[in-house]
Amino acid sequence: MINSEAPGTNVDPAKFDGPDATGHFGPYGGIFVGETLIAAVEELAEVYESLSSDKEFWAEYDYELKHYVGRPSPLYFAERLTDAAGGAKLYLKREDLNHTGAHKVNNTIGQALLAKRMGKTRIIAETGAGQHGVASATVAARLGLECHVYMGADDIVRQAPNVYRMKLLGANVISVNSGSCTLKDAMNEALRDWATNVDNTYYIIGTVAGPHPYPKLVRDFQCIIGREAREQSLEQIGSLPDALVACVGGGSNAIGLFHPFLKDDSVAMYGVEAGGHGIATGQHAAPLSAGSPGVLHGNRTYLMSDAAGQILETHSVSAGLDYPGVGPEHSWLKDLKRVNYVDATDKEAMEAFHKLTRLEGIIPALESSHAVAYAMKLAATMPKDKCIIINLSGRGDKDIETVAKIEGIKL
Amino acid sequence: MSRIEHIAQKAVAAKRKLLIPYLVAGDPNLDTTSALMHKLVEQGADIIELGIPFSDPSSDGPVIQRGVERSLSKGTTLKQVLELVAEFRQTDAQTGIVLMGYLNPIEIMTYKTFVDTASSVGVDGVLIVDLPPAEAHDLHAMLRESEIDTIFLVAPTTRDDRVADITALCSGYLYYVSLKGVTGAALTDFESVTANISNLRERTKLPIVIGFGIKDASSAGAMGQLADGVIIGSALVEKIALLADRIEQGPAVLGETTQVIAQAREALDKLV
Repeated sequence: MINSEAPGTNVDPAKFDGPDATGHFGPYGGIFVGETLIAAVEELAEVYESLSSDKEFWAEYDYELKHYVGRPSPLYFAERLTDAAGGAKLYLKREDLNHTGAHKVNNTIGQALLAKRMGKTRIIAETGAGQHGVASATVAARLGLECHVYMGADDIVRQAPNVYRMKLLGANVISVNSGSCTLKDAMNEALRDWATNVDNTYYIIGTVAGPHPYPKLVRDFQCIIGREAREQSLEQIGSLPDALVACVGGGSNAIGLFHPFLKDDSVAMYGVEAGGHGIATGQHAAPLSAGSPGVLHGNRTYLMSDAAGQILETHSVSAGLDYPGVGPEHSWLKDLKRVNYVDATDKEAMEAFHKLTRLEGIIPALESSHAVAYAMKLAATMPKDKCIIINLSGRGDKDIETVAKIEGIKL
Repeated sequence: MSRIEHIAQKAVAAKRKLLIPYLVAGDPNLDTTSALMHKLVEQGADIIELGIPFSDPSSDGPVIQRGVERSLSKGTTLKQVLELVAEFRQTDAQTGIVLMGYLNPIEIMTYKTFVDTASSVGVDGVLIVDLPPAEAHDLHAMLRESEIDTIFLVAPTTRDDRVADITALCSGYLYYVSLKGVTGAALTDFESVTANISNLRERTKLPIVIGFGIKDASSAGAMGQLADGVIIGSALVEKIALLADRIEQGPAVLGETTQVIAQAREALDKLV
């Protein structure tokens, strides 16, 4: 079908109910892939659409979330962290307590069930830090599916424990030696595999990016975070929170928390990008803060590219945020000014990592530490009767080697 | 009539199959690409597909990917690729030039600057791998207004109802992807290509050329039998990879590099 209208014109931006039928969030999103993959993404969109009213499918998903993932995850009042920040109350949405240690599994379990419904026997995934790879390998083991994970050669070195975890789970980890040897190149390689093995293969994308319907379906699977947080907030706080804070790499944990609150005008939202060595240095991973719209990995979105349109290499202390693009819905929410996109530097994230660990006995992932860092700054500017929910998207066990290394400690 | 249409019609009249080599602009550097382009014409190329290098070529296999990396390591830009075409046109007004690449460099340049420049330097066609018909409206309209052909791909996975959407926007020639996979993969399923091409013939009058997986005279001959022409990319880029250290050796090396094209020409000419 040729869409002669401007993309997204049939979606009311005030209601934030993207994407439209062709996968657009305003000017962002869409389907930008080679012809070989078009049939596959169209099939996926059709199957997913047909499942939206399939009670059995969603009951199965809910069952897995409860009994396998361990949901609902708590909403925890971080009293000592609040005192340290000196302002609004800080609550943590504890995605770090999920099976496999991060929010990623909410999505992989959903997509693996989808793959099974579609009769696909082979799962592929890309991974940066290895969290999505581990979550994919985990659900593949759970459902008896063959699993291949593409990972940049540099990341394989940086994240050795996760590589071994994936292997223990029965996955085949494939080293990617092209381009910058990181997440974006792993994604290119996964797309190539998918084009080659499209008949029996399901590609589990780990974030709210990629061609339609991925940004929508990954968001839907991650919205469990925000739905629970909304309910817990009303129950525990007695009102909606005043602000939400989440880190943004591709942006799946953030959209999962934000989306169920988008129509609640009173709730302010902050997406925290990886400021790396500082936005001004150019060494960061903050396309929404310092990039411009372009097309990569199947969708139009804010990107970090140079003046000639080549994708730039990114830098962040956290491998999970080290990506030059971002989910198209975030680009839309930025333009609509519904969400504030800000950044936290490597240094700020490291400080927050230590603060949360010492003050609450919770070791956060370096990704989530970016959200903690910004939330503490924000809290200090707000009165004590206000409440902020931080998405603690993952736990930091995987990062202790990185932290030790940066601080010159030999383990 | 566009230059590509003219070339295709002339080929039909002469019972000649179209031979379309692909190379990455700036691999290993722009001067060599320029020399290679003229050499390819000498070896029997009718149209040249000139790859615009992009950092994330997710539809390409490892051979072309490395060619792109070689080009980008020299800092090749889309602007320079367009200048290369201008230079080529000063001495060659016959050969068709199709720019092939990914959308982002074009978006960043802006559609208008790209189309205006492409038109003025003598680009004949544009093929953007990651721009399907449903997303192509604005750029497609601008290209056609400037009388630049818009070439699209049809894959083995393309459904019949979609073929109509593609042929509605496609001009110049239709590019049939011979296999499920990326550029440079091995071509194995001759029968399904035969069936798919004859299905396409019922749906379009456009010339159909086959690409992906054609690597030598024998596969060029086999595919040439089924279509109006063939595209050879990875097999040529693989040879160009060996050039990097030998450029100083002069024109003889270029002949050796492009030999696969001369051999394909010979095989195609035997068909008719």
